Amino acid sequence: MKISTIAALNRALATRQPVAFAKNLTDGAEFLLPDPSAPAALNEAGRMALAADKTGTHMLGNESWFIEARNPSPRLILVGAVHIAQALAPLAAMSGFEVILVDPRQGFGNQERFPGATMINDWPDEALDRLRPDIRTAVVTLTHDPKLDDPALDRALQSGAFYIGALGSRKTHASRLERLTALGHDAASLKRIRGPVGLDIAAVTTPEIALSIIAEIVAVRRGGSLGSRTP
Amino acid sequence: MTDVEDVLSIAAGWQATGEQVAIATVTETWGSSPRPAGSRMAVTKSGKMAGSVSGGCIEGAVAEAAKQVMASGAPKLLDFGVTNERAWEVGLACGGKVKVFVEPLT
Repeated sequence: MKISTIAALNRALATRQPVAFAKNLTDGAEFLLPDPSAPAALNEAGRMALAADKTGTHMLGNESWFIEARNPSPRLILVGAVHIAQALAPLAAMSGFEVILVDPRQGFGNQERFPGATMINDWPDEALDRLRPDIRTAVVTLTHDPKLDDPALDRALQSGAFYIGALGSRKTHASRLERLTALGHDAASLKRIRGPVGLDIAAVTTPEIALSIIAEIVAVRRGGSLGSRTP
Repeated sequence: MTDVEDVLSIAAGWQATGEQVAIATVTETWGSSPRPAGSRMAVTKSGKMAGSVSGGCIEGAVAEAAKQVMASGAPKLLDFGVTNERAWEVGLACGGKVKVFVEPLT
């Protein structure tokens, strides 16, 4: 592997560019795809590897190629820089998520409580309009405050986010759904919100609740059986 | 593709301080193997290691191969698994199979 390839991989990572690393296992040639100087069949194999987010070995003609999908990290947007976020943010980061905290209340969302975190001190709807959650983004609201949670959920439901969760009891979730219905969201759309959030592991403590949330996000992302809820 | 350690950046950092470095990559897996394709381990000539390519069962053999690769400059594709003739010495206890590509960092 070339040192220049590692530098290029890191540049792609920093700018959230999906790239595929390709290595010829016979002669050692390597490419970072897409690359116009690479064979067309190799570029196509790289494109397919990225679409499927799959890494492995492929036969192209009579050559064996290792092709590694290097998609940007999935993102987790946490609305509410609250106590649970302090446990959930590091757990999610360790699980490979890029964590973004949103809280307009600077008493909650500050560097002292979240050292080194990506923190946006805007209203959640403005923040989500800018962050534009996509198929590789999870959104979880944690504030318990409709003024903050509702606008975030409203925007999340209009996005392609693969996971939307809202912290709160069954009772608060029922009234939350009524308010979101009033905002024009139909029942099918509201089913996307996981509330109460997280896997039912009978979590009691803050770290346990954080664990139940990240576990459910992973289950949904990887297609695990625990990721689908039966009504 | 994210891991606890950024093995490639660690390897690049070692090389920047003048170390000779080899990189081992899991290129293919069959059955139940402990680490997925794309898992990496970096080894220096001086014996530093980062990352992993298995649950610990084959790291020693891979580090040994890395030393040969650093000496010769030629990459190697290693095969580990229950059907391997070396299964009794270095195999995967889980019964899976992996291929590991070992190459110098240049």
